[in-house]
Amino acid sequence: MDPLLQITRRHFLSRGSLGLGAVALSSLLPGCKPSGPQDLTATIQGMLGQTHRAPRAKRVIYLFQSGGPSQLELFDHKALLQKRWGEQLPPSVAKGQRVTEFTASQPKPMVGSYAGFQQHGQSGAWVSDLLPYTAKIADELCIIRSMYTDAINHDPALTFFQTGSQQSGRPSMGSWLSYGLGSDNSNLPAFCVLLSKGSGRAMAAQPLLARLWGSGFLSSQHQGVQFRSGKDPVLFINNPEGINLSSRRMMLNHLQQLNKRYGHKDGNPEIHARMVQYEMAYRMQSSVPEVTDLSDEPEHIFDLYGPEARIPGTYSANCLLARRLAERDVKFIQLYHQGWDQHNSLPDHLTKQCKDIDQPSAALVMDLKERGLLEDTLVIWGGEFGRTNYCQGKLTREDFGRDHHPYCFSMWMAGAGIKRGLQYGATDELGYNIVENPVHVHDFQATMLHLLGIDHERLTFKHQGRRYRLTDVHGKVVTDILT
Amino acid sequence: MKPIGITDIYYPLLFIGLALYQVACHPIASSETDQTQQSLPKEVDFNFHIRPILADRCYKCHGPDKNTREAGLRFDIEEGAFALLDTSENRYAIVPGNLKTSELVHRISSRDQEIMMPPPESNLSLSPFEIALLRRWIKQGAEWKSHWAFISPVNTELPEVSDPSWPRTTIDYFIMEQLDQLGWKPMPRENKAKLIRRLSFDVRGLPPSPDEIDAFLADTSPEGYEQLIDNMLASEAYGERMAVEWLDLARYGDTQGYHHDFERNMWPWRDWVIGAFNQNLPYDQFVSWQMAGDLMPDATYEHQLATAFNRNHKTTQECGVIDEEFRVEYVVDRTNTLGAAFLGLTLGCAQCHDHKYDPISQEEYYGLFAFFNQVPEKGKWQSFEGTAPPYLEIPKEKQQEIQAFIDRRLSIEYENQSIQDSAETYRWVWEEELSQLLQPIMVMADMDTLRPTHVLNRGVYDAKGKPVVATTPDAILPFSNEFAKNRLGLSKWLFSRDHPLTARVAVNRYWQMLFGRGIVSTPEDFGSQGALPSHPRLLDWLAIDFRESGWDLKHLMKQMLMSATYRQTATVHEQKWKLDPDNIFLSRGPQMRLSAEMIRDQALAISGLLVQQLGGPGVKPYQPADLWIEVSSGGRYQRKYMQGHGPDLYRRSMYTFWKRIQPPPAMMIFDAASRNNCTVKRQSTSTPMQAMVLLNDPQFIEASRVFAQRMVKEGGITARDRIKFGFRCATSRFPDVEDIDILDQLFQTGLAAFEKNPEEARLLLQTGESPMGSQVDPVELAAYTMVASTLINMVESIHKS
Repeated sequence: MDPLLQITRRHFLSRGSLGLGAVALSSLLPGCKPSGPQDLTATIQGMLGQTHRAPRAKRVIYLFQSGGPSQLELFDHKALLQKRWGEQLPPSVAKGQRVTEFTASQPKPMVGSYAGFQQHGQSGAWVSDLLPYTAKIADELCIIRSMYTDAINHDPALTFFQTGSQQSGRPSMGSWLSYGLGSDNSNLPAFCVLLSKGSGRAMAAQPLLARLWGSGFLSSQHQGVQFRSGKDPVLFINNPEGINLSSRRMMLNHLQQLNKRYGHKDGNPEIHARMVQYEMAYRMQSSVPEVTDLSDEPEHIFDLYGPEARIPGTYSANCLLARRLAERDVKFIQLYHQGWDQHNSLPDHLTKQCKDIDQPSAALVMDLKERGLLEDTLVIWGGEFGRTNYCQGKLTREDFGRDHHPYCFSMWMAGAGIKRGLQYGATDELGYNIVENPVHVHDFQATMLHLLGIDHERLTFKHQGRRYRLTDVHGKVVTDILT
Repeated sequence: MKPIGITDIYYPLLFIGLALYQVACHPIASSETDQTQQSLPKEVDFNFHIRPILADRCYKCHGPDKNTREAGLRFDIEEGAFALLDTSENRYAIVPGNLKTSELVHRISSRDQEIMMPPPESNLSLSPFEIALLRRWIKQGAEWKSHWAFISPVNTELPEVSDPSWPRTTIDYFIMEQLDQLGWKPMPRENKAKLIRRLSFDVRGLPPSPDEIDAFLADTSPEGYEQLIDNMLASEAYGERMAVEWLDLARYGDTQGYHHDFERNMWPWRDWVIGAFNQNLPYDQFVSWQMAGDLMPDATYEHQLATAFNRNHKTTQECGVIDEEFRVEYVVDRTNTLGAAFLGLTLGCAQCHDHKYDPISQEEYYGLFAFFNQVPEKGKWQSFEGTAPPYLEIPKEKQQEIQAFIDRRLSIEYENQSIQDSAETYRWVWEEELSQLLQPIMVMADMDTLRPTHVLNRGVYDAKGKPVVATTPDAILPFSNEFAKNRLGLSKWLFSRDHPLTARVAVNRYWQMLFGRGIVSTPEDFGSQGALPSHPRLLDWLAIDFRESGWDLKHLMKQMLMSATYRQTATVHEQKWKLDPDNIFLSRGPQMRLSAEMIRDQALAISGLLVQQLGGPGVKPYQPADLWIEVSSGGRYQRKYMQGHGPDLYRRSMYTFWKRIQPPPAMMIFDAASRNNCTVKRQSTSTPMQAMVLLNDPQFIEASRVFAQRMVKEGGITARDRIKFGFRCATSRFPDVEDIDILDQLFQTGLAAFEKNPEEARLLLQTGESPMGSQVDPVELAAYTMVASTLINMVESIHKS
């Protein structure tokens, strides 16, 4: 084997090296075992070494719907709300809970779904007519209708979902996993991020923040790597024009010789670690174009995901790309689809948003299942909060809007270790408060970690004097939804 | 309680740390207990051995926070630790000298899940070594000491050292004292070429030029090194280099940081910071102006401008938010920044409850909060601009400068035809830019009528508890009655002679800047969960010297730069490296990767592209297209990155426009701080993304091309000479024959390849907007460009020594 591709455990542990930062070193020291050379192309270890329990899921695909999709039009069917159209929200239901500044001082006429609902599959799950493809896979899904969150506005709510805290600065879920579990693929990052724009509310969608896939106080090697449509699927991955693959290899060989000579004079293990990173970068130059090039997908796959799968950067193309990344054992694949913030023109915009995501989301689940990947891949669909059962702005028969609603909303999960065909939790008959099996964001996070074999209370990082974790000081695994 | 001075503290912990490290990684020795016993210190010290264990494993339930305290037992204060246990008859957690009757010993040794401490559900545990330490401490009489950081620094006698000819400054005595105890020797002096490189990056953030290296090598006078330091400290680049660290600490950004992330104008404050460093404004004034310049008698424009420091936090315009919630968040940000930046304390832990590890009650937290709670501001300021009052208008003469700046910039763009056609369009863009850059600056002000401050229960903005007045935590230093109860009084308190933290925290940060690791390796946390100082007496000596010098920063820098410790060679063999991988004991010179800014600035400098111009609005160099659009909203909320041209592409990296929701990616990849919160320590990682930036980012490809042109022009006639010149620019040293051989071979192979395919040479050379020199054959230049890129990518080139 090329000596360049050898590395000792010491190197892995040392500052700036592949798998772990300096702080992880100190936390690992007591259990540190001497070991021989290790293949550099082997997978990168996480700080946990071994998971706390046998994992059900090996990877996660998180289809994040940014802006707050209306649960009342999609999964939480409320016949009574239809009947009481235009009536004011009773104070006994509102219970004086906080609402946003948008609607704090306006009347609150209730409004039912503009879309119809049917029961589907053997499970009889209620799914909106806006989501015909999702409805067809209802028996694969666990629909949670009793999600709730602490935050009522986008920036804090997104940050809360992704990092467990409303304040910025903590690591995102994917970074925690990269830190805890490492990578199963030495040619691709452990945490990949794909963005797409929604068709509804295109001119005033909620912004995203690059810090949502940041590593916070964890080493920056755990931050999410954004995969982009267009010429550069990963920033700076392409050689400049005029440098082809063989001249790049030739140059790297010379560079590595120079580094090696320097390394012989100096005992700094970082020199070696950096040489290793150049090799990883080189491998990514082949592995990333290979995974992002969808041209080898057969016709029936494009048919499955829908026509937009052929257009790079769409939600549909990203779903297909997510499957390809999952096939290559990327640990955490995070999609963000913008445009779900229907304060106004909800019927028009929401229809468009649903059209964006319905077929591709369902296709992804079925495609994974077909390939036997759904068994150990967890798929998650949902936004940062829900929407109010009353109208924001002017209510007409044709048009209305809904404000942010943190007290109940819906998500679905499917795949590894999740019960199929389950509708979990319930809201009151006006769809305002949870009446059964509430699931907090921290509970959801704890459950996700649990499926990955991690005890959420034991994946911690000491920073500024205290031990931090994704679930802060809360979170309970929702065992009811697990097989 | 016996109050002790820092002189009583010694530092066997470090030795144990090292011993442990070796033990842990070489588990060949006899039984575990023997090993533990052998490595136990003869005399256990409370501050260095015991408090860290108690704080980390016990304070969570037996610490300062009364609301989570179990069994009424607390180990954070002496009275608590030795008190009668209220759960049992006549029993004590700790009975000095008596293992049998100390309940603590019983509990930590037990395996009974009902009894054992820490309890299993805490997920915390004690190692056999830690248990042995606790036992020995109790056996030896359980002497209690106050936390070292809350006792004012005191000076001690100069230690005796084994080789009195080694020290150059007082610092060296403290370093050598510990090396003597370890039986280690310092490394010899670094060779001059590497030393000037280290110095140049540390003081100016830029590499030395070949001429500067030559001059230093030729200068054999004894004062040569000192003169070099003085010259560098006097250069304008010094202020820029020092400012970078300050911008991290001050969470400086060019946008507001939340939601739509609109632009704001804080760069005049950034320019003030650079100027203050260059004029060597004493640190006490430097900080006091920023804390309270507006409240000073006869406050000038600059006094007020300095207070923008406390308005650099993120602000929001998101429609749905509650005004008061975010207003409180801004005050919290200022309070926590005070903690991390000046007190070295994690104050934020006391926002929702009493601090779990340090003696700061929640009430005291809101006492500090009250100082910053008087600003006439809104939490939600809805506007399409990122600024919010209170404001400071940009003075007339500055406005003219800004107009001139825009004129300059737009005429370049006009020439480049990046602004299409008409003079009308030009006029329109001109006005847009002007109105943006003339936005007033956000500064501090206090309301005429004080806003009452309350404890906020659980830290929630509207859960008002007990009313509090502005004051500081007693355990640090009581707030004197002579001080006004406003930010001006707070700054007086910070710089009180007896303040135990301000000077220590500052010198520690600058030590970290030069040596890569603070004397306290957690610069943001000097509390009981923070790291202990590796050289406590040195820290105190530096702190007192800094204060006595009149808070003279250049003096502090010079003290450190003149030391023999700093001047040691950093090149050591692997064996020595393994003994002390983090260089805690400083038996060798500092060895650090260059920062994000330095790496780019070096590439610009050695190619000759760098435009050294002090200050001005943020600039927009090359950046991958559409990054802003990918995260932003549509329509009028959308912000597109309008890349600059000409000089804007080649300014020092600290002037790159900082958009907080999508910071410049190449800088972030090299561990720049996100500027969302106060940061006093950056990471230093090694990732594949970094390799991609250096290999492929157009900024670095263009720099390689222009660097290659320079090699050809200034490096001599032969390829080997040119390579030698280039190598020296990139690493500050001459290459040896084998280095040249490798690069020459690369050049020849490249040349042959480009000769076969001249189109590829042409393509490679077209990267970047700077003009091409016409004299050189493109095929040859392309081959040199590949060499230049290799030089820029070498590990040695991105390290400071």
